[in-house]
Amino acid sequence: MSKSIADLEEIARKCRVEIVKMVHRAQAGHPGGSLSEIDLITALYATRMRIRPEQPDWDDRDRFILSKGHASPGMYAVLAEMGFISHEDLKSYRVLGGVCQGHVDMKWCPGVDFSAGSLGMGLSFGMGCATAARLDSSERRAFVMIGDGEMQEGSVWEAAMAAAHHELGNLKVILDRNRIQNDDFCEEQMRMFDIPAKWKAFGWNVKEINGHDMTEVMEGLDFLEAPENCNGPSILIAHTIKGAGISYMENNPSFHGAAPNDEQFHQAMVELGEVEA
Amino acid sequence: MTRMAATRDGYGQALLDLADNPKVVVLEADLGKSTKSLHFRKAHPERTVSCGIGEQNMLLVGAGMAASGYIPFASTFAIFTERAFEQMRNGVARPNLAVHLCGSHGGTHTGTDGSSAQSIEDLAVFRTLPNVTVLHPCDDVSTRILTTRLAGTKSPSYMRTARNKTPVLYDDIDPDSIQIGKGIELKDGNDVAIIACGVLVSESLKAADMLMQEGINASVIDMHTLKPLDGQLVDQMVERCGAIVTAEDHNVIGGLGSAVAEHLVANKFAPLEMVGVPDRFGESGQADEMLDVMKLSAKYIVEAAKKAISRK
Repeated sequence: MSKSIADLEEIARKCRVEIVKMVHRAQAGHPGGSLSEIDLITALYATRMRIRPEQPDWDDRDRFILSKGHASPGMYAVLAEMGFISHEDLKSYRVLGGVCQGHVDMKWCPGVDFSAGSLGMGLSFGMGCATAARLDSSERRAFVMIGDGEMQEGSVWEAAMAAAHHELGNLKVILDRNRIQNDDFCEEQMRMFDIPAKWKAFGWNVKEINGHDMTEVMEGLDFLEAPENCNGPSILIAHTIKGAGISYMENNPSFHGAAPNDEQFHQAMVELGEVEA
Repeated sequence: MTRMAATRDGYGQALLDLADNPKVVVLEADLGKSTKSLHFRKAHPERTVSCGIGEQNMLLVGAGMAASGYIPFASTFAIFTERAFEQMRNGVARPNLAVHLCGSHGGTHTGTDGSSAQSIEDLAVFRTLPNVTVLHPCDDVSTRILTTRLAGTKSPSYMRTARNKTPVLYDDIDPDSIQIGKGIELKDGNDVAIIACGVLVSESLKAADMLMQEGINASVIDMHTLKPLDGQLVDQMVERCGAIVTAEDHNVIGGLGSAVAEHLVANKFAPLEMVGVPDRFGESGQADEMLDVMKLSAKYIVEAAKKAISRK
């Protein structure tokens, strides 16, 4: 069943509600990066991923690797929307024994393909998945979401170089370019200069989009899947806003890894249309 | 005349032995000529992934392939496996993906490249990781057999091999007697037990001969698996000999000696003397010279054995 832009926007809105609820309930976690990535992950799962939620370990599924694994509430919300886990499971975020571990964990949560949480690892893992798919002569793909701050890890560039060398056309990266990292704005922590040029120079197909405009997001995913871009690895550079959708979190480095208080939580629910003002 | 061979050659042979299994893949980081995975690459280029000089990437490409049903064997120098320690920790061991990492050129025995290439801490660091089996075989035959056994396991491993040739001990052995997690008693004695791994197993046999000339009858154990440690065999040695020596071309901190000590303090106890690199970095020198400089050679094992006996 194909989803309209409005359908996708509504799913993303519901996921935003769940993200804020998770971090508020846990009084910990990473709302900013979850809110910046959520439109992208929603569209990817709802319209592109070849998956079977009732059979999460299906061998021939597409893989999705959330390399910025701390932004787990976003992924958990989408997994719940897709039916991999229940909405009740979302209450286990950061709770002892919970399906929803602090960082996404393949040993704990159905539908999670890689245990992330340490930055700079997911792209390499995705390269392994893509290499295996090629050896299997399978058409399955590996989608990897990385963060912009994450690109400061040298291992990202080991993987970028290797994936292009091996012409892994089934490896697709989405960069959540939200411009904020743990301590501050990326521009203050470590300037990264011309990011599209860097990836092009490493031999990747590159496209830039607004990561919150669902029409552009769909065009971006079309780009990743286009046959002419399957000659090698491709990256979608999605310009996003950290904390997108909650006014006081937007572009605010404080909400990289902090939970809203009760008053802020209420305001967020109002802004997301969940409750009356 | 004793045949001489390097354990890394046994690793290379094992990869060829395993090639009939289409799920076995080999990952390289520009050192296949040295670790001996090059034979597999020549025979099966389609199943060999070059990761360039990028060990961190290699470990996690292996993890992705293991999670996709493959059995990856990744190798580089022992020292460079340490560069990818956190990848091994977070991306391989934690999700318990059966990536088999081989670090060749381990220990000061590596020789003239000097201290930058002489890993003396690899066994210690990988031994701290849950789910990871840690091996350091002593000859090419046992390396070949143990490597092929790894392909049937469901968890990750670290195996150290050595660059230089040492005496081959197992040319005529029944392969069934070489099993992961089971030490091998090479010489049966009752005065002191020398528990060794890797290149120091043959030195320990030399030491046992020297001790015998002085009327001391030593057992010699090839403890090729550091984790899980064959604690039952250690207990037997304690009961029979009442004094233990460990011998390894590795820092005395954290390796085989530590593994045995950890076992002893929680079980049947006996005096323990540890022969190992005395918490210092190496230098350029020939392999045999390094064993002397680092106080690892047979005469030092003999000294340690006497001291352990004196502490009974």
